[in-house]
Amino acid sequence: MTQPIRFILNDRDIETRLPAGMVMLDFIRKQRRLTGTKIGCREGDCGACTVLVGEWNDGAMVYRSMTSCLMPLGNAHGRHIVTIEGLNTDDLTPYQAAMVAEAGTQCGFCTVGFIVSFAGFCLGDAEPNRKNAIAAVDGNICRCTGYKSIERAAESISTQLTNRPEQNRLAWLVENGYLPTYFATLPQRLSALVAELAQPKQEATHQVVAGGTDLFVQRPEEMAETPLRLVFDHPEFNGITVQRNRCIIGASATAEDLRQSELMNRMFPHMQGYMKLVSSTPIRNMGTVGGNLVNASPIGDLTVFLLANDAHVTLENGDQLRVVPLRNFYKGYKTLDLQSGEHLRSISFAIPEKGTLFNFEKVSKRTHLDIASVNSAMRLDMNGETIREAHLSAGGVAPIPFFLAKTREVLVGQPITPELVHAAATTAAAEVSPISDARGTADYKRLLLRQLIYAHFSVVAPEQVELEAAR
Amino acid sequence: MKNIDSRSHVRGESIYVDDIPVREGTLYGAVFGAPHAHGRITALDTAKAANATNVFRVLTAADIPGENQIGGIIPDEPLLAADAFHFQGQPIAIVLAESEEAARAALSLIHLEFEPLPVITDPRQARAQGELIQPPRTFKLGDVDSAWTNCTHIFEGRAESGGQEHLYIEAQGAYAYLTEQGGLQIFSSTQGPTAVQRTTTRVLAIGMHQIEVDVTRLGGGFGGKEDQATPWAVMAGLGALCTRRPVKIVLHRLDDMRMTGKRHPYSSDFKIGLDGDFKILAYEVTFHQDAGAAADLSPAVMERTLFHCTNSYFVPNVRATAYSCRTHLPPNTAFRGFGGPQGMFVIEAAICKAAEALGVKPAQIQKRNLLEEGDAFPYGQTTSGCRALASWNQLERSQGTAELEAGIAAFNETNRFIKKGLAFQPICFGISFTKTHMNQASALVHIYTDGTVGISTGAVEMGQGVNTKMLQVAAELFSIEPSRIKMETTNTTRVANTSPTAASSSADLNGKALEKACHCLRDRLCHTAAGILGHGRADRIQLREEKVFDGDMETDLSWAKLVEGAYFQRVSLSQQAHYATPGLHFDTETEKGEPFAYHVYGTAALVAVVDVIRGTYHFETVRLVHDFGRSMNKTIDLGQVEGGLVQGIGWMTMEELLYNEEGRLLSNALSTYKVPDIYAVPEEIAVEFLETEGSPLALLKSKAVGEPPLMYGLGAYFALRDAIRAWRDTADLPLAAPMTPERVLMALHGPHPVKPVPEESPAIAAQE
Repeated sequence: MTQPIRFILNDRDIETRLPAGMVMLDFIRKQRRLTGTKIGCREGDCGACTVLVGEWNDGAMVYRSMTSCLMPLGNAHGRHIVTIEGLNTDDLTPYQAAMVAEAGTQCGFCTVGFIVSFAGFCLGDAEPNRKNAIAAVDGNICRCTGYKSIERAAESISTQLTNRPEQNRLAWLVENGYLPTYFATLPQRLSALVAELAQPKQEATHQVVAGGTDLFVQRPEEMAETPLRLVFDHPEFNGITVQRNRCIIGASATAEDLRQSELMNRMFPHMQGYMKLVSSTPIRNMGTVGGNLVNASPIGDLTVFLLANDAHVTLENGDQLRVVPLRNFYKGYKTLDLQSGEHLRSISFAIPEKGTLFNFEKVSKRTHLDIASVNSAMRLDMNGETIREAHLSAGGVAPIPFFLAKTREVLVGQPITPELVHAAATTAAAEVSPISDARGTADYKRLLLRQLIYAHFSVVAPEQVELEAAR
Repeated sequence: MKNIDSRSHVRGESIYVDDIPVREGTLYGAVFGAPHAHGRITALDTAKAANATNVFRVLTAADIPGENQIGGIIPDEPLLAADAFHFQGQPIAIVLAESEEAARAALSLIHLEFEPLPVITDPRQARAQGELIQPPRTFKLGDVDSAWTNCTHIFEGRAESGGQEHLYIEAQGAYAYLTEQGGLQIFSSTQGPTAVQRTTTRVLAIGMHQIEVDVTRLGGGFGGKEDQATPWAVMAGLGALCTRRPVKIVLHRLDDMRMTGKRHPYSSDFKIGLDGDFKILAYEVTFHQDAGAAADLSPAVMERTLFHCTNSYFVPNVRATAYSCRTHLPPNTAFRGFGGPQGMFVIEAAICKAAEALGVKPAQIQKRNLLEEGDAFPYGQTTSGCRALASWNQLERSQGTAELEAGIAAFNETNRFIKKGLAFQPICFGISFTKTHMNQASALVHIYTDGTVGISTGAVEMGQGVNTKMLQVAAELFSIEPSRIKMETTNTTRVANTSPTAASSSADLNGKALEKACHCLRDRLCHTAAGILGHGRADRIQLREEKVFDGDMETDLSWAKLVEGAYFQRVSLSQQAHYATPGLHFDTETEKGEPFAYHVYGTAALVAVVDVIRGTYHFETVRLVHDFGRSMNKTIDLGQVEGGLVQGIGWMTMEELLYNEEGRLLSNALSTYKVPDIYAVPEEIAVEFLETEGSPLALLKSKAVGEPPLMYGLGAYFALRDAIRAWRDTADLPLAAPMTPERVLMALHGPHPVKPVPEESPAIAAQE
């Protein structure tokens, strides 16, 4: 890259020509010697390296937590990166004081990640309550405390935030000792920086990187050497809209965008519940819908969600656009119907109709912040009591995200009865070919898929589920 | 008092090994590990790696000046494998480069040829093939063979418990550099600075006096850095010695997980006999400990399994035999509980099996058999200050367990697809190193002329708050502000010949040594004060809140003035002291003795909630009554209970170590090995402090608290099993932990042998 990467790190302006694919964690610790940010796992699973990433967005600063181990340096361009050193004030901030008061820190190694996540909570939009404060640290692993003390700290922090105003939040946080004073200057500094920045020149042939949450887990060493085409938060690829009864999701919309989208929550009333099962706050802030699809993991949560909505992907190659049904997009294990020079632009699906029944299920070894053993989604478009159209998907049961075609055949044209539910569940279990791995044995995954079909119906038509007979 | 490190922790200002500012010229090490689990090395070519860009040197066994040996208890493990390797990831070579990236990149350039050898991953197979780390040991009480005939009910079975990855968030690491005149300084993330020093001496062939090991703190240890921090520190030392440059080795998480040992998996057979009143009359158990490829601490871990084989129960006739089996997994090692939990799991499983067959709740059998005052353990020691029944009764009384039980029954009646289960989990854990000689510690106290105090002990701070407790001791004995006191790093030049910070006993051992040192200093200062006050009656002098009191009269003499006065009178303001726990002994010939200073007791009740459709679960509540003695720091002790409990629940539920038949770790990252996150912990954890006298051998009568609470987590397994049986009580479920969602779902809906109809009592049959 010929142009430098420019951003603000805590209160310092940074201009660097280091590789865009270097991870932020190494930049912070090795280049800047800011050692408060810790190296735990380098795969976004422990949160010890959490930083805040601030953006100038529609006239305000918006901060999100991210794991710096998976964040390409290039994604800092035009942003404000905050580490623990950039949060410390002379006195402890209220969230630091709460963690001390409640003994939420023992060995201390994970603590900084929690503190930064809590700072993100104070800066964020979520209503200040215990549940949301705990959700803010759902990506942070602590091996010492058993979390109860951290829960108590979360409660204390959220209580203290009840006076936080909606307007001029940043100023209030600075005045009340939540943030050091330099934060007050950030809107001005960052907006000025953004105005100066030219979009970095990127070649169509370069490796496309969005949030980096898969690529930097799979081949971190390589990434620093690879020329990148950074599309994270790119205006061209953003947004969740409805056009002509189809919902269109930009490829670089993040999982968190999905979770927070009013549109999605209207279409899928249980969206919050589904998304709580998908990774963690910092990873949802980074990982994109498009990334989840092109990573082609047979177990991608969003992929499975979209597959059951019979989504289509729009592929772009220069001026050429091509639309492919998502269920035809996967050719084999990690193989896509994607031609050279083509990239994913957006995803679309028909919005649910009145009476559409939808459900998403995921079971993993740990319920949250884990990869599924099996996940599944089901969408039934109804004609009165009869299933007019059915789309069911399952992850973790085949080399590709699996469209349950035979199960669909069983369901279409039928009213929902206990017999039908049973037939659908057994058909689904029979049409997949799971393998044994760290996420479960093949027998388990097959049984689990059967159970998840029951689970779908236990949510959309609970009175039609009978399990007792099988006991 | 809060953990004294809290402030720097929340500000990111606490220093761990990887945070030490690096010296110019530092080389970074990456370790080349065996690609297979067992093989004979036929060729090793490191030239290409050594010539790679920014690589400085590659070290192999040939570069070791001393003995290529790191085995602590049994000398059976090389630092770097030379002729053969015995587990996947066993270190063979070290690449030293100008950057971590360059070192790691060069690993793939090392060329290794080997002849593959057969791989054992099953401890029973190892035993069958005679692959034992040491001869088996047997603890006996009474006469188990003749006791069976008196039993009304006899049950036999097998119990399996899995391993557990420590998952300290700070990976293993060390930083070493040469000082002058052949000296070597090593900063290590170790629980055992002396172990690092001793092993470095052996491998580098230089005296212990030349090796200074320094530990500021650990980002978690849990036993994983008791013995297994040593190799990386020795490698850093070897690198520094060979290159004359500072060398830093911090393991990548994936390397840490695949190269280091974990909690031992056990596969055990049991036979339990009860009389008609459910009194346990006889218990026989055979443990197969999966030691991994080398002894490490396995013999000591195995010993503690035997010590705790009857948990909180009195069983008059016991025969417990343990085999430490050599497999081709990484050498398993210390982990909070140190074999105790594995031993306790088996008797709980035996009781559970008996209860299920007899159609009663396990609690009925558990409570009936709790230890009472004066009961003998199979190793000869008798209980003193026994609180087994007291904690159980208090739990029932004040934590409403009867209501819990009734509520669960009602819930299960009315809920089709959600079932709840309850388990009681009593614990009894012996405090002391079971190797008697290790029960010693030292402390060094300096009072500076401004009245501030520096304290060094052999204890290593790893989040458990030992330094806070040490500071409390000194602040109380000197009656000064805590801000005057600094806890120094743990350093082998200030406190020599330390035992590792382990066995829950570091606060007791080091605290008692510190008490002695502080008492000496206080006596000297009181004498000085009596002189300054002109009467010479030291017995009248008291130190109170930074002031010197003459009887009950406050004097003009402050602490600071007194210290200054003592200096000018040429009174020593420094003191070293040594402590050894009195009364401990154990004879391994008879397997009898008094190995423990005291025992810690408690009882928990755990409620599990199982989603019958999905096989998922959570824990609604854990209520427990724990014997803290007279807790000297309730905040810290509560943190140990909550943290230990959750770690124990993790071990029993989601933490599943998976090796394939080639001995390759499949659960090799945080994405595949899951420890509890904030949503996975019980909704409620209620901890009640059982007021007890404590033990005079406990620091300030405040009982050791590090390990015991982990074992409340055993109840998680049995609570889940209880919930599963509320849905399906006909299946004969295997007694195997962890109870992952997979095991739960298979138990709920999978094919299982149907539980046999209870047979006629073998005892009766035998009489016919």
